[in-house]
This record gives sequence, C-alpha cells and structure tokens, in this order.
Amino acid sequence: MTTTTSTPVAATSVSTQRRPRTGYLLLLPGIAWLAVFFVVPIITLLITSLQAPVPGRSGVYTLGFEVSNYADALSAYWPQFIRSFVYASIATILALLLAYPLAYFIAFKAGRWRALMLVLVVAPFFASFLLRTYAWRTILSDEGAITSFFNALNLLPDNRILNTPIGVVLGLTYNFLPFMILPLYAALEKIDPRLIEAANDLYARPFTGFRKVIWPLSLPGVVAGTLLTFIPASGDFINARLLGSPSDSMVGTAIQVNFLQFRDYPVASALSFILMAIILTVVFIYIRRAGTEDLV
Amino acid sequence: MRWLRRHLIGIIAILVLVYLFVPIAVVGVLSFNSPVGKYNTSWNEFSIDAWTNICGVPGVCSSFVLSIQIGLFATLVATIFGAMIAFALVRYRFRGRDTTNLLIFLPMATPEVVLGSSLLALFLNLAFPLGFWTVLIAHIMFTISFIVVAVKARLQGMDPRLEEASRDLYANPAATFRYVTFPLVLPGILGAALLGFALSFDDFIITFFNAGTLVTFPVYIWGAAQRGIPVQAYALATLVFLVALVFVLVVQWINHRRRRSLEAAVGIST
Repeated sequence: MTTTTSTPVAATSVSTQRRPRTGYLLLLPGIAWLAVFFVVPIITLLITSLQAPVPGRSGVYTLGFEVSNYADALSAYWPQFIRSFVYASIATILALLLAYPLAYFIAFKAGRWRALMLVLVVAPFFASFLLRTYAWRTILSDEGAITSFFNALNLLPDNRILNTPIGVVLGLTYNFLPFMILPLYAALEKIDPRLIEAANDLYARPFTGFRKVIWPLSLPGVVAGTLLTFIPASGDFINARLLGSPSDSMVGTAIQVNFLQFRDYPVASALSFILMAIILTVVFIYIRRAGTEDLV
Repeated sequence: MRWLRRHLIGIIAILVLVYLFVPIAVVGVLSFNSPVGKYNTSWNEFSIDAWTNICGVPGVCSSFVLSIQIGLFATLVATIFGAMIAFALVRYRFRGRDTTNLLIFLPMATPEVVLGSSLLALFLNLAFPLGFWTVLIAHIMFTISFIVVAVKARLQGMDPRLEEASRDLYANPAATFRYVTFPLVLPGILGAALLGFALSFDDFIITFFNAGTLVTFPVYIWGAAQRGIPVQAYALATLVFLVALVFVLVVQWINHRRRRSLEAAVGIST
C-alpha cells in the first residue's frame, strides 16, 4: 500500500515538469497488476492447454506439448464455436439497429432530457444481470403475450421463443445493448449539428444527409459499440443456459463445463485460448479495416 | 402521418428505453409476488413478505453483504490504480505508451470466460486456494481498464487553460493539482468508481471460475436457480437498483446546479 499512497503526492510536486520517471511510477501499480493477473494467466492458459494427463489420476496433468488437445477441443466443440459466433453476430446487428436511433435521439434531439436519458441507459447495469435474464423467461414464456402474438402470426418455427436459438439471441441483444448505445452516443455527440443543417441547406434529402454526413462521422462509435457487444456476447454462456435449450449451448458453456465439472483443464484451456485468438484476430482486422487508430 | 414521420426517431428511442426497462420492471413486480411452488416466475398474488423479511432465507443477505464488500475493495484499489494510469497517459511523455495502451485495451477485448478461466488456470497451477482473495484479485484486474478509459476521457476533456491560469497566478504544481486539476477531475473519477462498483457487484462469469466455495450475490442466484430463487433475492436486487438510480440522479442534479451557479458567478456560458 505504500506505493499507492506515496506516488500521487510525488506526482503532484513535479507534474508540470513532465519527468518521465514520475510517469512510470504512476503506471507501475496498475500495469504490474495487469501483467501479473492478465498477461501471466494467459501464458498459463497456453501452457495448461498443452499439458498431458497423468495416467491413473483424473484431474491431474503434467507439463507437455500435447498439440492434440487443440484437435480434440475443436473436433468435439466446433458446433459450439459456430453457434457462438453466429448468435453473437446476429445479436450485434440487432443491437446496432436498436441502439442507433436511441443514441441519435439522445445526442441531437433530447435537449434538457439528455442527462436523464443517459442515466436510464446505464441504469440496467445496477439491476442484477442474472435476474434480468431470468425475467426474460417470464416475459417470453410459452403462455405469455409475446409468444402468443407471434404464434398467431405463425412466425415461430418451433411455436415458442423460450428454449430456442431465438430466445438466446434476444437475451444476448438485450444484455449487451447499453455497451452499444454508450460509444455510439459518445461518437454522435461530437458531431456538430450545424453539419446536418448544412446538408439540409444543400437540399440533401434527410436520408442522404444521414448517409453522407452522420454515418461516416459516427463510425468510431459503431466500431467500438459493435466490438463491445460482440466480444462479451460470443463468450457468454448465461443466455444460452437460461433462454436456450441444451442444443443451443455456446463455446462459453463448453469452457465452463470442462473447467469446473469435467476438470479437463487442457481441453478447457485449449477452447479458451482458441476463443481468445479468434476474437483478437477479428478485432484487429476489424479495427484496421475501419481505420480507427485509437484503441482505447 | 407527417407527425409520425417527424417524431419517428423519438418514438423508436422511447421504445428502446422501454425494452431496456421491461425485465427490470418484471424483477421489481416479482419481488412483491407470493409464488405458487418454489419458482418465482409467474404472478400469483401480492405480498410484501419478501420486503419485510428481506434476510428471511439463509444465505441471501450474507452473499449480498459479501458482494458489497468485494465491490467496495475492488473499486477502491482499481480506481486508484486506474486513475494513476490515466494521469500518466494524458500528462506524461514516456516510452512504451503503445504497449501500455494495448495492455489496457486487451482485457476489455477478451471475453469474460477467457479472463476467468485463465486466472483459474494460474491459481490451479500455483495451488493457490480459491476464495475471497482470488475473487478480489480478479475483480480489480477486470475493472482497471474501464476506470482508465473513463478517467482518461475526463482528463482529455478538461480545459488546459484552467491549469495554465493557475500557474500564471504563481501556484506551485502541488497547489495547481490540489486546487484546480483534482477538483475538476474528481467527478470523472467518482463516476468511474461507480461504474467499477456496478461491474464488480454484478459480475458472475469471472467470479464463478475463481470463487471456489465463496458465494457472492450473483453466485447465490445461480446456485439457487435449481431449487427456485427466493423472492428475497428479487427484493434485494430491486433495492440496489432503486438506491443506485436515486444516487445517480441526485449527483446529476447537484452537478447541474453547481455548473449553473458557477456559470452565473463567472459570467460565462459554455
């Protein structure tokens, strides 16, 4: 604790002189924490994923180079991987479609209600994630109004929403929606409203004005929002468990079950490592394509 | 028809807000339910039993208190560490800035299952006992990045002329920090801390991997689901939601009043 209490004081006395040493001191505790409890665990995960079982002792593994763990993990759980990325992609697109109008409204039309509406967007964070997801079981129940309505229109392939992929995708869309709204709002809020007026003055039709002015300027928010939705959605196992059937399980489910129930640490670690590698690849290609340099 | 077209975005915006709140409302309503059988999933009849006897089910209140404790500790440490990093990133030149940015970004770009399972892999390999400390370590780890981002945004949005003015008036760096910089950044730091607490208090996935036999509030709900979640859990969740909402609204209102009186005093409008 001595470092945390003494460094801010040291920092203040020289802050204007911009000594790099003070900068390093400020970084030290937080960065050290991330190095020890984020970077080292990822390396441990990689090592664990290559471990070999000790014959005759279940749940005990020894150092090895069992690349076959990865083949085992993929051959057993490739459907879970595909489902995860398909569900997460659909949920991300739905969340973008829902979040954009709300973020646009808050940024340009809300006036004095702006601060209040922003509070309302963050408010779900204060209500239990698990109980809110359970609440969807009540809302989407087979006898409920929503399921009956869509059934009357004959729109549901299984005549129900709960315990189907539709339920899972709806849950994912709902749970990560605020993560889409906030970065979109942050990007839209920076746009000078006079640019929209200028587009109008130049006789651009409202949609053309949106397409040529607002949308390109809001792209950093779209990139950040889609990532902040897609990443947690693809690793989630709660929505699949609570709103889907066992055949809708996602890769998160497989990691959790292998780690905590089967105690097959190497395969669980391999699954986890593959998931992280895929997501980071997607993230970096996506960021490069979208041309946003600032990561944070 | 023209009215509809003019207000279309507003109507969609309100509907999306309603969508965000429907499940919360359901949780609130079910906290006043007296369920048939053990599953509190459909409405039966009105009852305030859960509210008058909020700790009436064993484990529910102890897990709740534990989550608040972990949330407070984790938020305190993560806020100090995160704010320090944000200051360093905005105010100091140093080598390794890109690496630092990457290290802040990566935990946010990594799914929670990976964060949780990799930490568990570390603790298992070290034979480190799972429990309070492992959960606390995990919570501090995943909250830091969010705090850095929030505080950094606040620092970057600050008018540099205010600090220049302080220096022009012969305030030494310590005084400038104490009387100008810190008070201006404080609301941002407090907002970040509130976000950190919300993230920690409600975290399930990372906690579940590293909790061992420790039962936080979300872990309690998950475990209780098989035999039916007690109505008390719904009441406690509703209570947290209402307290947090009132708190944020009051802070917003005070900020709003303060800004207006400041503007009136200085005679500027921003």
